Amino acid sequence: MNEQMLHDLVEQVRDGRLARRDFIGRMVALGVGLPLASAMLAGVAVAQGNAAEPAYKPTKRGGGGPLRLLLWQGPTLLNPHFATGTKDQEGSRVFYESLARYDADGVLVPVLAAEIPSRANGGIAADGLSTTWKLKKNVQWHDGQPFSADDVVFNWQFVTDPAGGAFSVGFYANVRSVEKLDATTVRFNFIKATPIWDRACNICLIPRHLFAAYVGAKSREAPANQKPVGTGPYRFVAFTPGDLVRGELNPNYHLPNRPFFDTIEMKGGGDATSAARAVLQTGEFDYAWNVQVEDNVLKTMEANGKGRVVFKPSGNPEMIMLNAADPWTEVDGERANVKSRHFAFSDPAVRKAFGLLVDRKSIQDFVYGRAATATANTLNNPAQYNSKAIVAEFNVDKANALLDAAGWKRGGDGVRSKDGKRLKLVFQTSINSVRQKVQAIVKQACAKAGIEVELKTVQASVFFSSDLTNPDTYGKFFADVEMFLNNRVGTDPDRFMQQWVSWEICQKSNGWQLQNKCRWSSADYDKLFRASEVELDPVRRAALFVQMNDMACNAGFVVPVALRAQVTALGKSISAPLTGWDLDMSGLHDWFRA
Amino acid sequence: MGAFILRRLALALPSLLGISVVLFAVLALAPGDPFAELATNSNVPPEVRVHLRASLGLDDPVALRYLHWLVAMLRGDWGFSFISRVDVTTLIWQRVPVTLGLIGASQLLALAIAIPVGTLSAVRPYSWFDRIASTLALAGFSLPTFFTGILLILVFSIKLDWLPFVYRSDVEATGWAAVVEHVREAIMPVAVLGLFQGAGWTRYVRSAVLDVVRLDHVTTARSKGLSERVVITRHVLRNALIPVVTLVALQMPTVFGGAIVTEQIFRIPGIGSLLIDAILRNDTPVIMGVTFVFSMLVILFNLVADLLYGLLDPRIAYR
Repeated sequence: MNEQMLHDLVEQVRDGRLARRDFIGRMVALGVGLPLASAMLAGVAVAQGNAAEPAYKPTKRGGGGPLRLLLWQGPTLLNPHFATGTKDQEGSRVFYESLARYDADGVLVPVLAAEIPSRANGGIAADGLSTTWKLKKNVQWHDGQPFSADDVVFNWQFVTDPAGGAFSVGFYANVRSVEKLDATTVRFNFIKATPIWDRACNICLIPRHLFAAYVGAKSREAPANQKPVGTGPYRFVAFTPGDLVRGELNPNYHLPNRPFFDTIEMKGGGDATSAARAVLQTGEFDYAWNVQVEDNVLKTMEANGKGRVVFKPSGNPEMIMLNAADPWTEVDGERANVKSRHFAFSDPAVRKAFGLLVDRKSIQDFVYGRAATATANTLNNPAQYNSKAIVAEFNVDKANALLDAAGWKRGGDGVRSKDGKRLKLVFQTSINSVRQKVQAIVKQACAKAGIEVELKTVQASVFFSSDLTNPDTYGKFFADVEMFLNNRVGTDPDRFMQQWVSWEICQKSNGWQLQNKCRWSSADYDKLFRASEVELDPVRRAALFVQMNDMACNAGFVVPVALRAQVTALGKSISAPLTGWDLDMSGLHDWFRA
Repeated sequence: MGAFILRRLALALPSLLGISVVLFAVLALAPGDPFAELATNSNVPPEVRVHLRASLGLDDPVALRYLHWLVAMLRGDWGFSFISRVDVTTLIWQRVPVTLGLIGASQLLALAIAIPVGTLSAVRPYSWFDRIASTLALAGFSLPTFFTGILLILVFSIKLDWLPFVYRSDVEATGWAAVVEHVREAIMPVAVLGLFQGAGWTRYVRSAVLDVVRLDHVTTARSKGLSERVVITRHVLRNALIPVVTLVALQMPTVFGGAIVTEQIFRIPGIGSLLIDAILRNDTPVIMGVTFVFSMLVILFNLVADLLYGLLDPRIAYR
């Protein structure tokens, strides 16, 4: 037995084609000692990176009956490249697959790829200008056509056609071209050397043979937009936008013994609370998506024993931003102009004091419960990006001392002022009962330190809109303080960390569309960020991001509050690998009923 | 009468045009953005959002957008949804069977309650039956559907576990099993809507019958020796139903949109839930399409009510 054969056997175990016991039995028969044989497989489990994900146990395909999923917002379209909402991406992901997905630890695992490119296997070019992907062999689309390198190339062409209006174009932003090397090998060529080579591999792939005639302006007319033909574990049966998606077992799925369920149904509509109820209290459904319901309500529902709530750690922090610019006076015909300075926050003592007045522990205990973890860092997870330097502190006395020392004197009404400026702040956020509670906690602590806080709440559809005429958007930030959650999609923090670079500052000239809402910037931070764009060594790059996190947090214009978890309700007997780094449906092939 | 219908239809056109202008203007002035969800996704560069808005013509002046919509509409093109990219007409037709079936059933239930109960109450006013019926009717139309809906779910789904509370338009079973399943999931929403509507209509039927039952021709019929059943059905009810029929006809358009709350609670894929989803996502073409259908139905059923009036009471003439 040569090394290649051994390797193949290990692969078979990994894919589930060969039982562990059989493998060890064969090895022992060949004269390999039992401990050594087990040790060979220990590596497999590690390679899967599945420490946090449940193992797949069924030994045959099908026979699992129906799987019922409930999304309180139903998918409205099933083309992954037009799926602007998460609900639509989840719906598409039932039928379509990507080259790779992120597991619960944020580690990339192959789906349609045979392996993840690395420097070791030659997949990542040393110059950082390209990655080569080996595709899995013998993968078929649901209509029986083979999946090949042509499909991967086609997806890049389809998405980047400017007339097509595909939202996923952002994921191909640094891709110069996708090139077919042979039927099962493709190369992604980048515009410039980049450490971010994995972004486009997480986008679902659509079949060339059905979409080739619908590139560009005609993309809306493709019949397959409504009747997806993918490579996924379930194939399409029926779809009513906003209401119901139905699928059935794909008998030719490329992983053995999968999928487990015979049919799948994704129902939409209603609200999050009753969706949680349908899983946890009545058991009508096996899964409810994104159940953002207060934790004590979820706990009473869980007491019925019909289901459980899963909290998936992710990288999305709820953050308070302090305005670096002056939101109350117009400079060059624009409020919150980057050239202006905030009357209070230009004083580091006020920023520091404000940071000390955010009681993260109370916020976690009394507002979020299990749905969030208090954090003082803006960059959280995966582990390599976690900073050890920033420590959360809540200390009213220290805040008072800081403000006293900086010359902010208390007036007769207890509110501080300096040079005739009262320390009165307007704190805005979107209307959401959880956010209003956090606002109240912050306001209470500020009052104890002589800071008057006026709370302002804005309808979420307005606050997060790009409406140029509305003064209440979070991009305009015509207030002193604001709070929101910034979604970090994927594990790479580059897009997330660019929210404090100087060229991303929201201003009138860019329609307030950019990422830097608080308008703080620093030449050192810019320099670090530029370095991270070209640093190809992942360890050194992670260190750069940690440094950026520390710099932003220490500057004090950003006050992270809590790391929000993604909340999912699952039926008691359902085993599902869920990850905060990818779509819930990305692990659908491994779902089963125990 | 033909000339009357034609004149009414001609008059309807400017109203429809006016409605569409107002709707479009309100939608354009309302805050929000169909791609708001992209804004909080840091992986989607803002250029993509700007491009998407531009490609759907969202950045054009309102007047121009309205003109585009109107011209397309006159050519019979209702446009396509910004969100699902499906034609608006397809979306509406997908929702029609469920809406008609479910909400139609609840209207039938309402009539089946209102006419007998209202009549019996009026024939024996202030009897025990009348008092109980009146009290229940008052309670029935005072309790909003979102309350009774959740109450029924709490009792029949959560406590007793008898009925499902999520409506599936597409059940897996076939044959009789499918019919049973459909009935099981339809019981609660039909009951909520039907009882609410029925309670209101019972009061109308009662007062209409009370008005008629004292008239001379009823006394004449009784003195002819006709049986009470014939007197009530032939002589009282037929006359009393004239205002009721008008009322029911005028309420028909709300059959399509008036059940939004119930549709949300039970996740029924009706036209109402299509509209509410479209509004929440700023999906202008769908909102325009659905509300346009509603306004046409209102105008149409107003006309139908007028015509029915004439049929039931030949003294009314059309000029």
